[in-house]
Amino acid sequence: MRVSNNLWSSLIESLVSVGDVARFLLRLTVGTPRALLRFGLVAEQIFNAGALSLVIIMLSGLFVGMVLGLQGFQLLQRFGSEDALGTATAIGLVKELGPVVTALLFAGRAGTALASEIGLMRATDQLSAMEMMAVDPIQRVVVPRFLGGVISMPLLAAIFSMIGIYGAQLIGVQIMHVDAGSFWSQMRASVGIRDINEGIVKSLIFGVACSLIAVFEGYNAEPTAEGVGRATTRTVVTSAVTTLFLDYLITAMFL
Amino acid sequence: MNQNANIVEIRALNYSVGGRPVFNGLSMNIPRGRVTAVMGPSGTGKTTLLRLITRQVRPDSGSVHVDGADVETLSRTDLYGLRRRMGMLFQNGALLTDLNVFENVAFPLREHTELPERLIRQLVLTKLQAVGLRGAIDLMPAELSGGMARRVALARAIVMDPEILIYDEPFVGLDPISMGVILRLIRRLNDALGLTSIVVSHDVQEISTVADLVFLLSGGQVVAHGTPQQLQTYPSEIVRQFMGGLADGPVPFHYPAPEYFGELLGRDGET
Repeated sequence: MRVSNNLWSSLIESLVSVGDVARFLLRLTVGTPRALLRFGLVAEQIFNAGALSLVIIMLSGLFVGMVLGLQGFQLLQRFGSEDALGTATAIGLVKELGPVVTALLFAGRAGTALASEIGLMRATDQLSAMEMMAVDPIQRVVVPRFLGGVISMPLLAAIFSMIGIYGAQLIGVQIMHVDAGSFWSQMRASVGIRDINEGIVKSLIFGVACSLIAVFEGYNAEPTAEGVGRATTRTVVTSAVTTLFLDYLITAMFL
Repeated sequence: MNQNANIVEIRALNYSVGGRPVFNGLSMNIPRGRVTAVMGPSGTGKTTLLRLITRQVRPDSGSVHVDGADVETLSRTDLYGLRRRMGMLFQNGALLTDLNVFENVAFPLREHTELPERLIRQLVLTKLQAVGLRGAIDLMPAELSGGMARRVALARAIVMDPEILIYDEPFVGLDPISMGVILRLIRRLNDALGLTSIVVSHDVQEISTVADLVFLLSGGQVVAHGTPQQLQTYPSEIVRQFMGGLADGPVPFHYPAPEYFGELLGRDGET
């Protein structure tokens, strides 16, 4: 009986928190047009969330692409179809690994930075001070950071996929001697706009989800060192699980 | 503008946190144009009172009027309008850590006005000069000492020329020199700018030197009020304990605990 009661109350709790996040998203959406008018603030956050994540995204993209090149080559060689390596890696990167791995890396690099920054601003009364200066902290602090994340994510995913394909080419064509002509031409022939759209839709939705989780956790962090730490951890865990869950949903939708 | 003698009027205020009452029917009037100190032992809700006056939190019942307006019924726009006429100095300064001193002080101007850059610069420099930190405009908040951070925050609080200036524990953790500087600033700004100052503090001696009026809070109510001199000779145990800094009295030294020897001998424990 107690177990079912606990289960029930934790179910209710998680529903309530989903409701809280949805309400928060609504507030951010309402604030978006005004924030876009002051684009300088958003641009600064695109730099923080996007440009500062470039190195980690590019390095990871290169290695993931190289692994795909190796594994793909081994597998395709068994069927004598190594020429399809370009297609296989491009589809894999553009539709799946690009958006998903970028989102996971984003959660770890930019998401944690957002959550801890906003959490610390709360803990050090900076948000209250803004409130007292008649400045809405959601509008001034949270919305630009949220938009910065949303705009950065598809760009980062595109860069990740691009570098990934370059990495696969490096292994496949340069080292394993797959024919360069067939590598590129097969890729161009079989990767369609629909595949690219799927990648863009995914990274946009992951961008909204990961940025929302990060700013929500930061804004609602308990104003103590421990609370900010917990918010940061929760940001990574929740973002990762949400990304993978949404990935499944969107993939199923695009089938 | 409402020009009655009291800029803040609090009536029958009740407020509780997590079922624990903080204020029980608190009433007080804060006069216009004076330096009013709100004192009391730690945990009596002094900071909470400031948050209620500025509607950062809402009371369970009772009313708070600021300059004639019932803050409880204000719309968000009106509340922000009222807050623009208030400046608040937070306990740790609460400077925005990603902006330098100049930008911190300029922040309210940039958010609320369309003033040309040259004018913003002049205003910011004037306010920083008033707190003695014109030379520090390029420093980041992390490079400031506690006292300097509070003075920058003070410059920021007065940059919009508020009518009410609220100080939350402005002396905590300051060395005697910084404390003296802040004390003089409180008095000087109040008189020079024609402000009303509300200072929450438990530094009895210090605040007594600048306050015109003192309210002493305890147990969720005002237990005494008057000039600092009147409070020194106030015929009440708790006022004497607080003003004299005595360890024991109506506010007990010991947090409620089970009987001492019994606990030492493990009678109630699980040994």
